[in-house]
Order: sequence, then C-alpha cells, then structure tokens
Amino acid sequence: MIAFLSALLSSGVRTGTAILFATIGEIHTERAGVLNLGVEGMMLMGAMTGYGVTHLTQNPWLGVLAAMATGGMLALLHGFVSLVLRADQVVSGLALTFLGSGLSAVLGAPLVEIRQVARIPTWTIPLLSDIPLLGPMFFSHNALVYLGYLLIPLSWFFIYRTRFGLELRAIGENPAAADVQGIRVLRLRLLYVMVGGVLAGLGGSTLSLALTPTWVENLTAGQGWIAVGLVIFAGWDPLRAVFGSYFFGALRRLPLDLQNFSLFRASPSLGYFTNMMPYLFTILMLLLASTGVWRRRFGAPAALGRPYVRESKED
Amino acid sequence: MTDSIALRSARRWPRLVLEPRARVPWHVHGLVLVLLLGVALFLGGVVLWAGGGNPVHIFRSMFITAFGGKWGLSDTLVKATPLILTGLGVALAFRMGMWNIGAEGQLYLGALFATGIALHVASPSANRSLTLLLMLLAGCLGGALWGFIPGFLKARFEVNEIISSLMLNYVALALVNFFVYGPWSERGFGLTPMFPRNAWLPSLSEYAEAMPWARGMTVHAGLILALVAAAVLYLLWRWTKFGFEMTLVGDNPEAARYAGVNLRRTIVLVMALSGMLAGLAGMSEVSGVVHRLLDHVSPGYGFTAIIVAWLARLHPLGIILVSFLFGGMIVGADEIQSAGVSALLQGIILFVMVSGDLLLRYRLYLRFSPRTALSVDT
Repeated sequence: MIAFLSALLSSGVRTGTAILFATIGEIHTERAGVLNLGVEGMMLMGAMTGYGVTHLTQNPWLGVLAAMATGGMLALLHGFVSLVLRADQVVSGLALTFLGSGLSAVLGAPLVEIRQVARIPTWTIPLLSDIPLLGPMFFSHNALVYLGYLLIPLSWFFIYRTRFGLELRAIGENPAAADVQGIRVLRLRLLYVMVGGVLAGLGGSTLSLALTPTWVENLTAGQGWIAVGLVIFAGWDPLRAVFGSYFFGALRRLPLDLQNFSLFRASPSLGYFTNMMPYLFTILMLLLASTGVWRRRFGAPAALGRPYVRESKED
Repeated sequence: MTDSIALRSARRWPRLVLEPRARVPWHVHGLVLVLLLGVALFLGGVVLWAGGGNPVHIFRSMFITAFGGKWGLSDTLVKATPLILTGLGVALAFRMGMWNIGAEGQLYLGALFATGIALHVASPSANRSLTLLLMLLAGCLGGALWGFIPGFLKARFEVNEIISSLMLNYVALALVNFFVYGPWSERGFGLTPMFPRNAWLPSLSEYAEAMPWARGMTVHAGLILALVAAAVLYLLWRWTKFGFEMTLVGDNPEAARYAGVNLRRTIVLVMALSGMLAGLAGMSEVSGVVHRLLDHVSPGYGFTAIIVAWLARLHPLGIILVSFLFGGMIVGADEIQSAGVSALLQGIILFVMVSGDLLLRYRLYLRFSPRTALSVDT
C-alpha cells in the first residue's frame, strides 16, 4: 500500500507539473485584474509548437522556449483584444481557446505521424534522491519538475515581497489608485497577461515533451480549464496552487495506476468512472472554495475582469 | 506622472480616439458584420496557406459541398439542426448573464437518456409517435439535469458556472463512453445497436416513394423541433413576464432583485431550460441522424453553439441564420477531411468578431490635438 501511494504521489508530482505552470501563470494574469479563459488554447499551442520545434532541432529545450514564446504571443492577442480594444474578457478568452485548439489541430496534423522526439532529460538529484521514500517521490524526475519547484517560491516571493509584486496586486485591486501612483496600468496588465501565456505554453510543452511525450489533437484534455479552476481554489496564491496541482496530477494518473488492482482488472469499465474524477473534483474544489470562511480569507482581485479606462465611469 | 503628462501634451502626432456610440445604426451593424467576416476569412486563408494548403481552393470546395445542390443543402440543414438547438440553449443562459459552456455535455446526456428509452423501454412494435415523444422527453430531462447542476451550484453556492458547466462536459463524455463501450455496447465497439425503426425521427428520404426528389435527403424532423424552439424562445423573450425577468436579471441583477425577481430560482430554472434545449439536440442527433448512440456523437456542436449564439447577438432568428452558415462550414470541412479547419475558422471568426465589437461600441477617429479624455494609452 505504501509503495502504491508513494508511486502515486511521485507520478502526481510529475503529472501535476503541467497544471502547476499553467495555474501559476493564470494567477499572475488574474492578480493583474485580467481574466484569461484561453489557458486551454495556449497550452495546446505550446504543446504543439514545443513538439514541432523539438522535432526540427532535436533539442527539447529549444522546444520549451518556442512553446513559451507561442503562449506569450497568444496571450498578448487576448490582452490586445480585451484591454486595448476593450472586448468582453470572457468571450475573448473563449475565442482564444477555440483558436488554440483549432490552430494546433491544423498546424500539428503532420506531427501526429511522428512517434518520438527527443524528450526532456530526467535528472536524479544525487544525495537527495537517496532519502528513503521522499527521494524517489520528489527527486528523480524530469528537469521541468525541478523548474516547477523553483517557480513556486520565486513567484510567491515576487508577488508578496517585491515592489513589482505590489504593483501587480495594485493594478488588480484598484487600477485607478495605481494609476494615480504613476503605475502604467495598461502596460503592466499586458505584461502579466503575457507572463500567464508564457507559463501556460511551458505547461503545454511539459505535456508533449516530458509527460506523454507525444503530440495528438487535443492533448491537454481539459487541463487548462482545471488550471483556471485551481486558481480560484488556490485563492490566487502560488503556494496553495502547489497542493492542488499535484493532487490533480495524482488524480489524472489514478486510472492508470489502478489498472494493476484485481478489482479493476476484473471490471475495466470502472476506469470510465475514475476518468471522471479530476473533473468532478474540480467542481468539488470550487464548492469548497465558495464557502464563507474561505471566501473571506482569500477573495478575488477586486478589479478582476474589468477593463480600466482612465477618467471613465464605466469601469 | 507630471512628466509624462507634459510629454504627452507636447506630442503632435495623431492619436486614436474612441468615442462611445449612443446608438448603432442598422447599416453600421450590417457593414461591420460583412467587413469582419471578410477579415476572418482572409486570416483563416492565411493560416491555411501557412499550413501548406491552397485557401482559395479549400474555401471554394467547402462552399460548393455545403451549398451547391440539394443534397449538400440537406446535409447543411442536418448539421444546422443541433446548432440551432444548442445555440438557443446557450443564448437563453447568456441573456441572463450566465455562461453555459456545458452545452456539449448536456447534448451528450440528452442523447444518452433518449437512447435508454429507444433501446430498453420502447418495444419495437410500440406506437412510433409515442416512442418518439418519450425519447424527446427523456432527452429534455437528461439535458435539463446536466444544466440544473451548474445552475444550482451557482444559485446556492456561487460556484463559477463557466468552470462547473465545462467540467461536466468531460463527466458526460466519460458516462457515455461507459455505456457505449460497456453495458449497451455492440460487440465492444464505441456504439450501441441500431435503434428500431419506430425510434427514428422521420426524415425526408422516407417519403421518396411519394416524392422522388426527396431521395437521399437526410433532413429530419429535428429541424422542425429546432424551428419551433426558436419561435417559442422568441415569444418567451418578447411577450412573457418570465422572459422579461430573465433579461432584467442579465442587464441589472440588483434592479431585478428590487423588482421582486427571485434570482436564485430564475438562475436554476434558466440553466435547466438551457440544458434542456441542448439535451433535445442530443435526442434529435441519435434519433434523426445516426439512429444509435456513438462515443463521439457530436463533433463539438455544444462549443460551436457558443460562437453561434454570440454572433447572432442572442437573437433567435439570427441563431437560425448563423447555424445555417456554420452547418455549411462543418459539412465543407468534412469534405476536405479536416475537423481542425472548422474549429480554426470558428476561433478566428469569434476573435475577429469580438475585436470588431469595438467598431459598434465606439466611433473611432484620429485626433491631431494633444489631449483627449478617452484615449488608448499604453
């Protein structure tokens, strides 16, 4: 049993890293007061370009960079449409998801044939990986998992302990006041929308270069949306996003890991119900996050989803 | 700050100014729509060209397949049918400011429930109208149930309905997979056995004996259901107290509350009705088109519905027209054997349209004097 749980947790950490990147990215976007529902589309495009560039260059790290750039560009499109052209953020985000899934399907069609490209290397950390139980769980993974470990404290520190983080929170809570302080609201919002896209692209490439690792149409299967839900659950705090991401990683792996149990071998159709679990748990998690105590402690950024136009009353 | 203002006043090159429009004249509406569709097609063409295709060739063959000839038109109407129903469903929720992104799952559940009736409740010798009526009710019930859940969670616990309705899509898909690969499967494939004939919605080709021109025409009675649903919604919005309340809740929930509208009840009811229309689409698909339940019974009608409703400005007549166009796009994309092309075009169209909204909401012009109240700053 312990072996099963530790294996599950280990694969949870590995699988959850993709969701973790996307969630932390969306936290930055929403903290700046912008809602981007296009995470799924950006992840798909990231996964596809990452895979394609790796195939062309035989270097997975170039693939990761390309995925991040793609995510950032798509996010900038959402930023331009919703902030500069002041379109509805919900519709624009949905459009981005449609665009991302369609574009990745059309441009990625030739890539489906390619079965294998160079993948992100696995690094077994000396010493740390020798710790019983914890070692194999946390310290013998692909390199992107460690990047995830690094990103968590960094983004927490950035948001809560630096001047830039203060400005980030200011433009999401009260853009008018931030504007009076001389903070360039629109410019910064565009920047943080891009940060969200870059990280979503990174999450996508984690799927196609380290986890699966392959490219098929609609590879993400809703993980971008789970990330959007996780942001609410995490109360817009990167530290709390960690537990959610790894938990969902484990949930996604569960159907595969359970196949070895005799109960599941006897009735394989149970697998359809274990497949539902990440999605049902997302709803359950939102339900939990909606309870009074939780809501009072970790509220949404006050100006989330509202465009800021100087000297206008529409706000 | 003062520096930047001084700098800005000194600048002499023209600035783009946005002035809110009070009212949009209808000819602007029409012009903008045509212009934006042109832009969307152009952008879609650029992407297809980048992907190695010949856009002119692709678009022309798509157009001819979908709209040239009676069989093509018939297929287009068949694809438009579920789009009208799901489009009306999501429009119903959108009018009230609720984002129902779960029409796809609601469609699947409607299809599942209707299939249950066709395979296990109705006997092959039963009265056809009665069987179809039962299937219709079951489809409505399945969809309504799946719409009720996010509505209830929103009304009672303020759970974000965008995410909850979307997550339920995946749950519905897994549920349908369980049935079509498990208990109801035909030899383990992802489909159920064919329904008995009395569980088929009548289609035009059935009357080919009496009307030879109808041979091979796939249009079925689901289209009539869809048109009736559109008429009912039009009347509901235009003439009833409930319709007025829904619109009021969407425009101004506070005002609605003061006017005595029960917000929670309205939200739950509207989401259930919204799901019901999608469930009806599911019933119409299994009973009118494929005559069995498949694991991929919908190629994403429930998602396209969002775009349809939005492009049609939530107007029932507009939804019918846009569904017809999009139905043609799906038929055309089937012909060139790329589902991605249709998703891509839909994404581009929605993006161009949502950006183009600016042209409807604001008047744009260049101003050469230095300082303005409403201007695009970076």
